[in-house]
Amino acid sequence: MTNAYSVAHFLAGVMLVCSFTLLYQDRIFAVLNTFAAQAMMLSLAVAWQGYVQNSPDLFITAAIAFGLKGIVIPFVLNRMIVRLGIHRDVDQVVNVGVAMFLGLGLTCLALLLVLRVTPGAASFTREGLALALAIILLGFLQMITRRNAVTQIVGFMSIENGLILAATGARGMPLVVEVSVAFSVLIALFVFAVFVFRIRESFDSVDIESLERVRGMQQ
Amino acid sequence: MAATLESFLAQGAQMFLVLAIAPAVTGITRRVKARLTRRRGAPLLQGYRDLLKLVRKDVVLAENASWFFRTAPYLIFAFTWVAAALVPTMASGLMFNWAADVVALVALIGAARALLALAAMDAGTAFGGIGSSREMMIASLAEPATLLVALTIAFAAGTTRLPEVAQFLINQPIELRVSFALAFVALVIVALAENARIPVDNPITHLELTMVHEAMALEYSGRHLAMIEAAGYLKLVLYISLIICLFLPFGMAPIDGGPVAWAIGAVIYLAKVSIAAVALGVWEVSIAKMRVFRVSEFLGGAFIFSFLAILLAFLSREVLR
Repeated sequence: MTNAYSVAHFLAGVMLVCSFTLLYQDRIFAVLNTFAAQAMMLSLAVAWQGYVQNSPDLFITAAIAFGLKGIVIPFVLNRMIVRLGIHRDVDQVVNVGVAMFLGLGLTCLALLLVLRVTPGAASFTREGLALALAIILLGFLQMITRRNAVTQIVGFMSIENGLILAATGARGMPLVVEVSVAFSVLIALFVFAVFVFRIRESFDSVDIESLERVRGMQQ
Repeated sequence: MAATLESFLAQGAQMFLVLAIAPAVTGITRRVKARLTRRRGAPLLQGYRDLLKLVRKDVVLAENASWFFRTAPYLIFAFTWVAAALVPTMASGLMFNWAADVVALVALIGAARALLALAAMDAGTAFGGIGSSREMMIASLAEPATLLVALTIAFAAGTTRLPEVAQFLINQPIELRVSFALAFVALVIVALAENARIPVDNPITHLELTMVHEAMALEYSGRHLAMIEAAGYLKLVLYISLIICLFLPFGMAPIDGGPVAWAIGAVIYLAKVSIAAVALGVWEVSIAKMRVFRVSEFLGGAFIFSFLAILLAFLSREVLR
């Protein structure tokens, strides 16, 4: 039991570290690689839960996480970056130090909140929920602090990683829900892709700041 | 009474062991770096020869240097030596175990650093001031991270006293502990910064734009410089011993161990230190130095890692309770 717990704790902890790396990293390809690493850690964590809980459908979830978010989405985003020609640095609204401290604060908040709210639940559930909430909040923070549309997409996808982690820790999310979430994320990726290219066509940049000056249909 | 005498002798042996191996450890690192860049490199004993040469040479003092400038090197050496002698290396049942506390170690290193920074400004040259201010910037980021690492370990072991921590870890079954892994990374980053190694500082350069530690020691010569160099060698051994003691204490003699266990512990310790020195050389060759203004991000990373380590340790303790 403790061994099963410590492996799950390790994998979820590495996912949290990946979230912080996403927040810290300002090179766009490194952001993608970190995201892929986080998704692969997620698939390992889900597979481990499947092994521990003896529920084979979690292996399908793990396979979806690995194939879709570990390989397909980073690959598509990579192609997108190459076609957009943005290999340069990611610019941020707040500086890295402030973002990291905000991230630490959010992590503390998530842990304290979940520990306070779920005193009677099983240890896997509390663990999974606490770290998943931290990863979700860090994903939100990443979407707020970034101005580049592509890294905002990565932030959105890492929120979804956190959701899957929470669902597997809590036991008993039906496979149908997981499959539909995975495909809606895939569709969201295509919508994002179309949007990013439209933004670039309109403004010659994927910097979100240029959207702030738009007031209605002026062209 | 005999046991007390034995442990006193063992403590003394450890004290002189760390002093004796200190220049050789730096020598191994330099040698590895030289071999990897296809140079022959200085022999391993070069550090001892340098110290001997410096002790024999005359001291050149700046005209307006005060008494503080002359006494600081000895104090710096003494503080560092005491700190290095306290970290358990080969055994955990030594005489002064009660004093081998992480918080006390941080305080001793901090005192040595404050003395060096003050002495560097004493001669009134610009470089000393630059070095001091940069050193203090590094210290202000490195010290909280060190303390958080110590607290993470203390969280698991229930004490900040190093010999007890080491014994606790030896007696634990081998487990996957993500908080220890993060604390390890944080402490390695701190050790690199504190010992003025690449990527934070280059220990062999005298380029005024980048030097930190060397800028503070620039005005020193003769036996004073020898003291400061020796303190630098000792500090590297201190940090390697600390990392070994906190994360890889296996092979260390137990609290009630006798001379045989101590001897085995000493051999294993020397092997571990040599491996660490080689690893440091390989690391330094394979990475470039950072700009001074990026150092805060690098050390901030150490702080974040150690903070996450303590958060995860807290979480797993709360959840499993």
